[in-house]
Amino acid sequence: MRRAALFLGLFFLWAPIALMVGYAFSDGRTPYIWGGFSLRWFHALAANERLLEAAWLSLRIAAAAATLATLLGLVLGWVLARHGPFRGRPLFGALAGAPLVLPEVVMGLAFLLLIVGLQGLTGWPAQRGAMTVWLAHSALGMAFVAVLVQARLAALDPRLEEAAADLGAGPFTIFRTITLPLITPSLLAGWGLAFTLSLDDVVLASFVSGPGATTLPVYLFSALRLGLTPEANALASLLLGAAAALLLAFAIAAKGWARVETPPSRE
Amino acid sequence: MRAAGWLALGVLVAAPLLIVLAMGFSTATSGVPPVIPPWGASGWQGSLEAWGLVLSDPFYRDALWQSLRLAFLTATLCLVLGFGMAMGIAAVPPARQFTWLALVLLPFWTGFLLRVSAWVGLLRDSGWVNGMLMKLGLIEAPLRMLHTEGAMILGMVHAYLPFAVLPLYASLARRDLTLEEAAADLGAGRWRVLFTITLPLAAPALAAAFLLVFIPAAGEVVIPELLGGPEALLVGRAIWQEFFQTLDWPVAAALATALLALLLLPLAAFQRLAAR
Repeated sequence: MRRAALFLGLFFLWAPIALMVGYAFSDGRTPYIWGGFSLRWFHALAANERLLEAAWLSLRIAAAAATLATLLGLVLGWVLARHGPFRGRPLFGALAGAPLVLPEVVMGLAFLLLIVGLQGLTGWPAQRGAMTVWLAHSALGMAFVAVLVQARLAALDPRLEEAAADLGAGPFTIFRTITLPLITPSLLAGWGLAFTLSLDDVVLASFVSGPGATTLPVYLFSALRLGLTPEANALASLLLGAAAALLLAFAIAAKGWARVETPPSRE
Repeated sequence: MRAAGWLALGVLVAAPLLIVLAMGFSTATSGVPPVIPPWGASGWQGSLEAWGLVLSDPFYRDALWQSLRLAFLTATLCLVLGFGMAMGIAAVPPARQFTWLALVLLPFWTGFLLRVSAWVGLLRDSGWVNGMLMKLGLIEAPLRMLHTEGAMILGMVHAYLPFAVLPLYASLARRDLTLEEAAADLGAGRWRVLFTITLPLAAPALAAAFLLVFIPAAGEVVIPELLGGPEALLVGRAIWQEFFQTLDWPVAAALATALLALLLLPLAAFQRLAAR
């Protein structure tokens, strides 16, 4: 009885996805009408060059945006956690958190206007494309990384760094050998989050991308507006499989981490 | 370090937002780009035309109001269902909670667009649900389910439910169960415990969960486009159309600023609640 809501919610979340995966193996031309088992839509997916190109571009942009977002987010999180109540800190914090609470459409519009403004003033960037999507996704991701890094830094035991300083380590050595390894889990989590956000984003990318740079969601959005094809079901099945595999790998890695971080109990 | 932070925030966050704010006061033309900025060589040359339109035209007012109403309904539904789910996960032995949480998160990684497309396939006239209902003989002609408000709410709850479950779970899993036991020992029934102990103590998490759903839902573009049909003109879509189709950038910017201003109210209320 206590779990009724949990089961109801999971049923609601999974029912459409289960149907998508099931009908991905249907031979029929119409999605969601069974036409016998076949893998034809997976073959169609593998032969769809525009989609594959868009997917490859999306993966590259997501990896590059997650990397820049992690670097910038580390800086922001560090300043917020370690620089005390400096002048302008409330503004700094509000700006660092703003991308978390901006609707995508507002952020997309804002970024596009920034790019147009930059083009007018400096002539750079010459055109909208992969580069501008990369910058916009980095700005979105860095806010999420900053939150994770700030929380992790605030929870660290200051005595670890103090001990290293007492033993004669300089600030850079302390950062490299003590602080960085300790905040690595939050950096990895932030990278992963920024990567997924970039990979899944339609609205921001539609605003800032140009004709030459179609990411996977932008491609899918225009395809879906024209009509549904069973290829979408096949693609969803592949993504779900990949996500499940990654989650499993993460769960195993997290178990390993927990073992390293928890001191062995004395029994 | 701090200078680098200010630089990143200035270029990537503050400048874009300030430009949107200024753009609302610029004048639309037919050039490239299709605007005259509010400041020129001879000083202020801005116009209040876009703001006048956004504030007086019932079309825009309606788009804003409908967006907030649908976002409110979506966030409330997510909160009720998400709270029940989070309670359920928090009641599982801790070692197995990760598995249940993973089951909530996995749909999230199927791709937002593809999940929305699943609802198109289920709800349309020739879709799965109508097919099943007709096969069972429950209806004779297909029901119109796609391109309705219900379809949009369904799609948004499905898309944003994990956003509500996560903060609620994080709060409920750490709660002090002895308080609820004490209330029960003193004779409070299950619902009384829920409404007088559990819910008030989870208030910050409830507010966070509400906002995490409400804000993206209020600016949603894709779901009205695919599930809502041509007549569903919500503000996200109106901004999109003014920008890409009408090429009226000042109106798009004024609408975006108005949406942000309306979202700042619940955000400020949340800040106060969190600071308490």
